[in-house]
Amino acid sequence: MYKILEKQTLSDVTKLMVIHAPHVAQKARAGQFIIIRIDENGERVPLTIADFDRKAGAITIIFQEVGKSTMQLGALKVGDAVSTFVGPLGHPTEVTDFGSVICVGGGVGIAPIYPIARALKEAGNTVISIIGARNKDLLFWEDKMRAVSDELHICTDDGSYGRKALVTDPLKEILEDKTRSIAKIWAIGPAIMMKFVSSATKPFNVPTIVSLNTVMIDGTGMCGGCRVLLEDGARFVCVDGPEFDGHKVDWTNLLSRLQFYRDEEKAAVEHYKHTCNLDKAMAEGGK
Amino acid sequence: MAEMKPQDRMKIPRQPMPNQDGTVRRGNFEEVALGYAEETARKEAERCLQCKKPACVEGCPVGVLIPDFIKALREGDMAKAVEAMKMKNNLPAICGRVCPQESQCEGRCIVGKKGEPVAIGRLERFVGDFELANRTCPLEKAPATGKKVAVVGSGPAGLTCAVDVAREGHKVTLFESLHGPGGVLVYGIPEFRLPKGVVLGEINYAVQCLGIDIRTDHVIGRTITLDELLTDYDAVFLGTGAGLPSFIRIPGINLNGVMSANEFLTRVNLMKAYLFPDYDTPVKAGKKVAVVGAGNVAMDAARCSARIQSLQAKQSGGDPGEVHIVYRRSKEEIPARAEEVHHAEEEGIIFDLLTNPVEIIGGSNGRVTGMRCIRMQLGEPDASGRRKPVPIPGSEFEMAVDTVIMALGTSPNPLVFVDAEGLERTRHGTAVADTATGRTKKQRVWAGGDVVTGAATVISAMGAGKRAAADINKFLKGETAPW
Ligand SMILES: Cc1cc2nc3c(=O)[nH]c(=O)nc-3n(C[C@H](O)[C@H](O)[C@H](O)COP(=O)(O)OP(=O)(O)OC[C@H]3O[C@@H](n4cnc5c(N)ncnc54)[C@H](O)[C@@H]3O)c2cc1C
Ligand SMILES: Cc1cc2nc3c(=O)[nH]c(=O)nc-3n(C[C@H](O)[C@H](O)[C@H](O)COP(=O)(O)OP(=O)(O)OC[C@H]3O[C@@H](n4cnc5c(N)ncnc54)[C@H](O)[C@@H]3O)c2cc1C
Ligand code: SF4
Ligand code: SF4
Ligand code: FES
Repeated sequence: MYKILEKQTLSDVTKLMVIHAPHVAQKARAGQFIIIRIDENGERVPLTIADFDRKAGAITIIFQEVGKSTMQLGALKVGDAVSTFVGPLGHPTEVTDFGSVICVGGGVGIAPIYPIARALKEAGNTVISIIGARNKDLLFWEDKMRAVSDELHICTDDGSYGRKALVTDPLKEILEDKTRSIAKIWAIGPAIMMKFVSSATKPFNVPTIVSLNTVMIDGTGMCGGCRVLLEDGARFVCVDGPEFDGHKVDWTNLLSRLQFYRDEEKAAVEHYKHTCNLDKAMAEGGK
Repeated sequence: MAEMKPQDRMKIPRQPMPNQDGTVRRGNFEEVALGYAEETARKEAERCLQCKKPACVEGCPVGVLIPDFIKALREGDMAKAVEAMKMKNNLPAICGRVCPQESQCEGRCIVGKKGEPVAIGRLERFVGDFELANRTCPLEKAPATGKKVAVVGSGPAGLTCAVDVAREGHKVTLFESLHGPGGVLVYGIPEFRLPKGVVLGEINYAVQCLGIDIRTDHVIGRTITLDELLTDYDAVFLGTGAGLPSFIRIPGINLNGVMSANEFLTRVNLMKAYLFPDYDTPVKAGKKVAVVGAGNVAMDAARCSARIQSLQAKQSGGDPGEVHIVYRRSKEEIPARAEEVHHAEEEGIIFDLLTNPVEIIGGSNGRVTGMRCIRMQLGEPDASGRRKPVPIPGSEFEMAVDTVIMALGTSPNPLVFVDAEGLERTRHGTAVADTATGRTKKQRVWAGGDVVTGAATVISAMGAGKRAAADINKFLKGETAPW
């Protein structure tokens, strides 16, 4: 069992947890992920390593409550423990001094982009960061991102904070600016955002790395459920990724595969809420 | 009592195995074959002629002392039967259930030349189940040697090696990447064929009696590398299996509704998707499922699909649907165990033989709607000695299906080879290791089971684990030189 050491609420639906898992913390690097399973009935959920502390043997994860498992995880408290915590999985981000780079984080993607931006900064790059969310309440880590960036752009879809724009707007402006020369771009966020970032950067021919969040089960190359279509064939995201060249990804296929279990996911949430209410009713009835 | 004459023994009919009824079991995950009662087992044991040169033993990959255990069994001396069995086979309750007996021990039994062979597998299961129910920890344990051994992978190869090394007093740590030990026995082979309680019995023995430390959630190559293990342990055994699924290169392979048998079976068995939503992992078996391939993996995927269909139909009403096995050769070449094919037929699985997929077709939402296939005929024998299937020109047709499960073989998972300087691999991705000792090309590293042979059988993996353990024990005693 792996204990929850710390918990923070970053927004209504975004939570941070620090979890005790020394075997993972030993090796963790930016760009890698873990798989968590809450209890014996739980599913295996992949989450990016948002930060790690080798000395304390701790891993930080940040997640958005979008379905049954993440809601259940969000309801756990400091001192509670989860059954499974595997990692670090996938390849770490390749970090060297590229020159000027752009890091784009959308929504919960701000969490995984942070350690990458930090590592790129430490390696000597000029780091331009763009973070965005649907509204002000969903934004977090502005200060942390600012600390590792030479330049920070903030957007919200509804204009409730920062600039009223999509992350692709400042991105295009920077790329169009002839006085700058961008060597590489990282983009992490909802699949649809990564798709639009990739199509925005393609005409400028700037290499664009995305971190894909496909459906996963084992996370070790055993099932192929995570496979993604690239220009030159299929790859397993958990073993070959999670980072890929965004210009080569078949986004239509990726987006449709993410929808496959939507009905079951809805049913799971309903079942969860129902049993939660039953538990509550039983507890109240017992008083 | 006078000794029975061989002619009389041969007159005893092979004792049938009581089974759960075909239509009933299609709707549940409980074990299909119920096991012999003691009386039936003793009667079946009477059929063995106690051959001086037992051909059956030659047919068994690990040379189980078949006449010996059968003799003890028919004399009612179960302790002796278990002892004879355990000389060569650590996992009789498992092998008795899943070995392809018809092509191994039973395939060679002399009684089978005239009639039906002695039911060696069923008797083995009987002995194994007896042992599991009555086993106690051995009173004497070898004194601790202070040597440390790491075993990677907890399938039959790793489990067997761990147990045989721990018995000698060495400290064994068993690393497993998944959240539970057992390998294919747990994530692949379904409950209705091999109850998980049986596998758990073996694992508990390893942990409680021999003090083996099982570390789940450890992916060797990621969490710890092989080279790092070698700094902490005196010897390392790799039993990581062959879990990487292959997909054929035909159009439409990434559509929604196409999955590997490993994905489907892992969802169903390891994650217990048949109990969704009480368990969180969902699984979809559509109304018309095509399983491509005809090995044990394909039979398991097909039979699990049929069960999921029935369970889902029970909940939502309506017709459960149908499941097809699509195989490019004919019935004779089917590689699965005979019993599984027979059970699949009883459960209403439809066999489309001499048929090969050429394309998977999808609708506008990216979901599978059909599969284009071509009819095949058998031509000249190929390298494997089997007649090669060749397409019949112009015979293409479309099958309406909503789910396609690919069961086309697997290869070793490459992660364990990360940072393993000097560990040689073949071009098929398997580890190079000596068959007799399990030694790899890398100092202090042994390997065995599917990671060396490619997808094979439980008994051959177990045998490899046992041979490697014997060599590791010798090495740790200083009886053999390092290489
Ligand atoms: C390598 C990898 C790294 C990942 N890292 C992270 C991470 O660091 N943090 C994180 O929060 N998630 C991350 N994800 C995604 C995360 O695994 C899924 O969100 C999680 O499995 C959801 O589980 P669930 O049971 O709560 O929801 P489910 O019921 O299983 O699924 C809900 C799915 O629907 C979609 N969805 C539903 N509602 C919304 C919504 N309002 N907005 C956006 N999408 C919606 C999401 O795609 C989500 O996957 C990662 C995925 C992968 C493969
Ligand atoms: C669905 C199915 C049905 C089958 N039916 C039969 C049958 O009826 N009869 C029969 O004889 N055989 C059958 N087989 C084949 C048989 O199960 C295998 O040959 C046998 O299990 C191989 O044993 P193993 O110990 O080599 O590997 P496995 O059983 O594959 O175990 C390997 C273990 O290593 C773990 N692992 C892998 N990589 C790592 C890593 N890097 N770090 C840590 N752990 C790792 C895996 O998670 C797994 O638990 C079947 C196989 C399948 C898939
Ligand atoms: S281990 Fe398998 S092949 Fe050997 S005797 Fe037992 S059932 Fe037959
Ligand atoms: S070959 Fe058949 S009859 Fe002879 S010893 Fe073996 S099981 Fe008995
Ligand atoms: S999640 Fe199973 S292969 Fe990637």
